[in-house]
Amino acid sequence: MPDKPVYLDNAAATRVDDRVVDAMMPYFLEKYAVATSEFAYSQGIEAREALDGARAALGAKLNAKPEEFIFTSGSAESSNIAIKGVALALGEKKGRHIIVSKIEDFPVLHSARALERQGFRVTYLETDGEGVVNPDKLREAIAPDTILVSIQHANQEIGTVQDIAQIGRICHEKDVLFHTDATHTFPRIEIDTRKVPVDLISIAAHTIHGPKGIGGLYFRQGTRIAKWMDGGFQEFDLRGGLENIPGAIGFAKAVELITPEETRRIQELRDRLIDRILAEIPDTTLNGHRTQRVPQNANISFHYVEGESVTLHLDMRGFAVSTGSACFSRSLEGSHVIYGIGGDHERAHGSMRMTLGRYNTIEEVDAIVAALAEVVKELRLISPLGRDKEK
Amino acid sequence: MKFPYSDAVMDHFRHPRNVGKMDDADGKAMEGSPACGDMVAVYIKVDPENQKITDAKFESYGCASNIATGSIITELAKGKSIEEAKNISWKEATDALGGLPKIKAHCSVLAVEGLRSAIENYEERHGLVKDKEATTLEVVRRRLRKVMNPLTGLDVIRTELVKDITIKEGVISLTVDLPANHQFAVAIKEEILEKLETLWDVKTVAINFSE
Repeated sequence: MPDKPVYLDNAAATRVDDRVVDAMMPYFLEKYAVATSEFAYSQGIEAREALDGARAALGAKLNAKPEEFIFTSGSAESSNIAIKGVALALGEKKGRHIIVSKIEDFPVLHSARALERQGFRVTYLETDGEGVVNPDKLREAIAPDTILVSIQHANQEIGTVQDIAQIGRICHEKDVLFHTDATHTFPRIEIDTRKVPVDLISIAAHTIHGPKGIGGLYFRQGTRIAKWMDGGFQEFDLRGGLENIPGAIGFAKAVELITPEETRRIQELRDRLIDRILAEIPDTTLNGHRTQRVPQNANISFHYVEGESVTLHLDMRGFAVSTGSACFSRSLEGSHVIYGIGGDHERAHGSMRMTLGRYNTIEEVDAIVAALAEVVKELRLISPLGRDKEK
Repeated sequence: MKFPYSDAVMDHFRHPRNVGKMDDADGKAMEGSPACGDMVAVYIKVDPENQKITDAKFESYGCASNIATGSIITELAKGKSIEEAKNISWKEATDALGGLPKIKAHCSVLAVEGLRSAIENYEERHGLVKDKEATTLEVVRRRLRKVMNPLTGLDVIRTELVKDITIKEGVISLTVDLPANHQFAVAIKEEILEKLETLWDVKTVAINFSE
């Protein structure tokens, strides 16, 4: 058992960096005023300047103008605004067809389903066995009434990265808006909005050692989206409600702290984790693309065992990981991502996701490999599946 | 921190009793499938003199509740006559485990069924087979009593989640009282199909949702 818990679910939430907390503290205790117009009192003007600074920094990271970026409560809200906002703005005028990939995360997938119930037509694009969207299939799926394509930058479960530059070019050739959910790539994989033809991008702080409850939406100047939340005139009159200034400051600080060196280190840990498991534990399959993959994600199916049991055994040994098993989910359904890439039930129920972050070490990687080998061996001994295999 | 499983469940999960395959079993059965996420195999050894279960073993592909129920059901079965063992209910098994979370009821039913099927298998192999029964409303209802409603932890018949069952020329039609896009719709549908599709005189099972 490791001396302290080993946390390997960084795609779900991360430990907030102390420097992020330090940067946020003054905005709780001293500079707590609402962001006012420049004609109000000093504290309000100071708050406004802080918010503008955070907006400019995040915009700059995407090579965008500050007025092309709004703060939201997280990437789930950002994707809701992007998809439903475009549908509301263009549904009557231009058309009622949207395209998403089958393996999108729930905010995109369920926004699409919600629109479907209101009479929109949705195409759910297949991917290949590694989770990659085929650009030719996308081109074929675009119809005269298509208004929006939403394809993630990287997958939440299996980490496969899409070629958003190519996808964006296809959308723009056909005069269709393109939204991408970059929750799991920003800012570790660069997106330059002056080069990549993407119109809307969802991002969040909780995956990068920033606070929960703050995210953002980039929208290319001139992109038509309907007002999301009625209230005051905040966020360029797109999203009413008091701004989360400590969150915005924390988000900007979290982004500032991500370095290419750190991302490389995390990727090396990921490679060690994947390579050791595949080499040392029999009957394992990597889910997702081997190289076209976010640096922090490993997702492997352990055949003949069920993921909730693996998770529970690992938890007792001090490791936190996630699984695509039905038993673990809130809907009793296995991972739609593993099914989406053509995996069967057994592959979904036995899939384990391990996602790395700033605080993980090489010792932790070696420890989880050893723990997994032990747990999977024990569970296979009592499993009726895989009888012909050596136990 | 409140853990969803009782101490007894965790004990049986961590140290399952009676685990493994029995090569010379007198009766055996496999319940479930990877589709529903859980499978359990039950093996029994029966003394032909007094029809008592002298040994029972199980194997499990499943979550903690599945493993723990496999462990407890084999413990409960040992020493009982096959008639007594047939009547071990799901409630007795879960009570012996100090209860299970409602949503996990469906994973634990398998082991209880597994034991009954293993006994039936024993009876079949020893010339005690009942007549092949035609599928009636009662048969369907009996089978569906083993499908749990994850909202309540009780079965779908008792909670009236399944309605309007009809049987006509090998086609069973029924309605699940949930919207088709409900969180549990897919899982419940798969479990119902699994219970009914295997009936010898049933060709199709049509499942409708209420919305």
